[in-house]
Amino acid sequence: MTRYRYMPTHVGTAAHGCPAERSSAIASRRARSVFLPAVAVLATILATSCSQQSASAPVPKPTAFGAAIVESSGGKQIAQTGSLLPQPVVVQVNDKQGAAVAGALVEFAAAPSVTFDSPNALTDSSGQVTSNVSLGGMAGRYQLSASTFDKSHKKVELKIEAIALGYQQTLGRHLNDQYCERCHNPESTVERVSNYDNLEVKPHPFTEGDTLNKLSDADLAAIISHGGSALNKSALMPAWGNTLSKSDVQALISYIRAVSDPPSRSAGPVYAKH
Amino acid sequence: MKEKFTSLWQRLFGDSVRAFGVVSLIFLASLAIAPAKNFFSEWRHYQHGYLRMVRNRSDANTLQRHFQGGIQQIWLPELGVVDRCTSCHVGLKEASLTDVPTQPFRTHPVIPHKLDQFGCTVCHRGQGAATTVAEAHNSTLAWEQPILPAKYIESSCGECHRGPLPGTPQLNQGRNLLARQGCAHCHTVKLPDGTTMKATDDPPSLSHVADKTTREWIYAWLKDPQAYASTSTMPNFKLTDDDARDMSAFLIANSTPLPGDTATLSARPSSDPAAGASLYGESFCASCHAVQNAAGNMVGGDVGPELTRGGNKVKPEWLQAWLRNPRNYDPRTGMPHYRFNDPQIATLSGFLLAKTDSDLLANVHLEAATPEQIAHGKRLVSDYGCASCHEIAGIKKPENFAPELSHIGSKPVTQLIFLPGMPHTLPDYIAGKIKQPRTFSPGLKMPQYAFTPAQIDSLTTALLALNDRSNTLPPSLAVATTPESDYQPAGKAGKLMTDLACFSCHRINGHGGDMAPDLTWEGSSVQREWLVQFFKNPGTLRPSLIRRMPRFNLNDAEVNELTDYIMTVYQTPAIDRDSMPLSGYSQGQVELGKQLFYGKYSCQGCHIVDTKTDKGYIGPTLTHVGSRLTAAWIYQWMKNPQSLRPGTAEPNRGMSDDEARALTAFLISQKGGARQEAAKK
Repeated sequence: MTRYRYMPTHVGTAAHGCPAERSSAIASRRARSVFLPAVAVLATILATSCSQQSASAPVPKPTAFGAAIVESSGGKQIAQTGSLLPQPVVVQVNDKQGAAVAGALVEFAAAPSVTFDSPNALTDSSGQVTSNVSLGGMAGRYQLSASTFDKSHKKVELKIEAIALGYQQTLGRHLNDQYCERCHNPESTVERVSNYDNLEVKPHPFTEGDTLNKLSDADLAAIISHGGSALNKSALMPAWGNTLSKSDVQALISYIRAVSDPPSRSAGPVYAKH
Repeated sequence: MKEKFTSLWQRLFGDSVRAFGVVSLIFLASLAIAPAKNFFSEWRHYQHGYLRMVRNRSDANTLQRHFQGGIQQIWLPELGVVDRCTSCHVGLKEASLTDVPTQPFRTHPVIPHKLDQFGCTVCHRGQGAATTVAEAHNSTLAWEQPILPAKYIESSCGECHRGPLPGTPQLNQGRNLLARQGCAHCHTVKLPDGTTMKATDDPPSLSHVADKTTREWIYAWLKDPQAYASTSTMPNFKLTDDDARDMSAFLIANSTPLPGDTATLSARPSSDPAAGASLYGESFCASCHAVQNAAGNMVGGDVGPELTRGGNKVKPEWLQAWLRNPRNYDPRTGMPHYRFNDPQIATLSGFLLAKTDSDLLANVHLEAATPEQIAHGKRLVSDYGCASCHEIAGIKKPENFAPELSHIGSKPVTQLIFLPGMPHTLPDYIAGKIKQPRTFSPGLKMPQYAFTPAQIDSLTTALLALNDRSNTLPPSLAVATTPESDYQPAGKAGKLMTDLACFSCHRINGHGGDMAPDLTWEGSSVQREWLVQFFKNPGTLRPSLIRRMPRFNLNDAEVNELTDYIMTVYQTPAIDRDSMPLSGYSQGQVELGKQLFYGKYSCQGCHIVDTKTDKGYIGPTLTHVGSRLTAAWIYQWMKNPQSLRPGTAEPNRGMSDDEARALTAFLISQKGGARQEAAKK
């Protein structure tokens, strides 16, 4: 892990770091290989002189302690790689009786490429902390953790998942909005009434990993391109092969894989804090 | 000390043979520096790491076979790109390495371009020729192009792609915002295709503003536009009380009355909220205008201004004149001329005037303005560049009021002044400037916008795409976009269509909005009689839509004028409207079509033909499609819907001619019998 200092995460944040810190990282590695301890000493000096600048915001002192931390809103969101989640993540600290606790310290953490606009803050009068979250630069699942300490200074942690979409999945999401979602998503909004309830044979929501993960990419591509009846499934699923290109179908499949729950194995790595 | 040095010198260079030996050794050692430097280079270290990593994988043989040692380079002379990134990023093209969580060895995500043809720095920026991480990823004194953070990566798509792309929502949104938020009113933005960006918002003229509103409202609006309407695109100029007082004084004093507006109230605004709400709903005002509901959510569209506190703003006389014919006050408005009668105007104006917020103007008390205040207000109005956006009688639109943004995405970091504590990169500078312009210098004129963080990222993305590469791109590489046409229908019907603001919602020949169907080929599509009835009483074709065609209270002459024009002019060359009959299909054909409809193609999933059994909610209801569409249109639609309406959700089923003809026969036989049954229920 430590060998490769330039992980994907640094791609997004490299410009923000301290140059001396970076050169020291390189220098210290060279130091090992060329056996020049003096360089290591120099690097340490550089690193310490820099650490003052790159120190994170001061952690506020909690005035109260809770027993549990729960998600109020902002879980399971989808955003493009590197970008902000559409809604902020809101968590609430409760005491043993389930009442909100104000003034408890909540710390957010995730893979280093994920940024929080308030990584640590005290809960407000309604016991909540709100933070805007930017995901890392690689597509995949990101595990965000929100933690607080109880009275005995034991850490109580809440895990929240967010999904980052790369280019292909973003294109797939666009196609999903245009062609698929009206039937495959049972939830209605004011702007978009779902057709799910009107269908005799219910389509699979794309989050339905239990079913969809069992189908291979080739199976999914066949159903999308040739329609349900060609594969002995419901004819209510039309054939899209004349409407969507092959790369469109691939994009849709990569989107389906990205949002499936439980996660599809082919969706790539999970980014959690180290 | 000196003796020691002398003895050392003696020992090393005492006699010529010894000196020769020592010098040779030093020479050899210095010769060894170059290969050593090469041997211990960073890229070699990463390549060793890569080989160590793949050794334990099941596909080790394939990966090792693909591996090429040494410095790798992608050279694209046309773009001036020399990218050695693949010296360390070894696995970019290996499809199996998607599960590697860390760079530099993960597969590149799927994009529509080949790495060999586009290189790396075209999209990611950074220094392609560098062979160390620090020099490649970060800016140095000599090379100042750092890696572009992932959240702005779509800006690079925008260097070549000049129009919207389905896979780049952030870039598309940013470009829309640049035009819609009126950035181009003050900033000149010359686009790489040679055109100049036009602002798509249309800030109202202030030459007759006293007809419309009061000085108190102008004062409150200038102080905080978002307090009146949170969705307003008017920025906050952070004016002092005195400045807002003087500017409002000038704007009122400068305003001249328009004949139509100063009329006394023609009808007393009615106070029947139920009737008002129902007329507001029937007229589909909410398709364009939003109102904040009790829960704080915006209900309605964002084409016209928000009406939550409209009663605080407008004078009743003006509102009634506006509802009677908005084009009197503003000939360019996107608001249709509804042809309301007096009782309707009374009802609707009463309903809208009741939308007030008692807090908004509660603390605004202005004394009568003095000539000095008015003169000072005029100076401020010129200084702040109000006339860049608004038409103001007596004040010329300033030229080059704000810095040009045509090359902002390549602006050298050395030319930027950063705030303390701010990362020294161009994207951070642009985003910071959009977020809080005045923090950079209190004297700056750029006002405070109410952008969300996501909007700031989008705008930054769009601005970063305006760079040297996009401006000097070989024309063969640029992907042009179809610009909005300036199509205007001719003659009497054209005037009528402008009056009804058809183009606010409909698109025809590449001009107009996207809220309602494209009407370019409407004449080939519908039957004349249906169109006449639709104008008189627009029914609902799509039960799930919340935005619908309003009724414009047209008279028969107007309906005929419009219908004739549409039926004659908006024809596609691909369809001969009269090539297929509207009736007389054989029973067998109709029956076959029915079987295809309910069986093979299961159209009932999205459409309703029989209201008793069908429930499909996506496409239009087809209960009376036989009296709405022409048979030739239905046939062509069955064969290839995208050829008639690009982007329509109706899939192309690849039907045979016979199937398409049978379905046409079945659909054209649906003349609306079922609709009457449904009405009875």
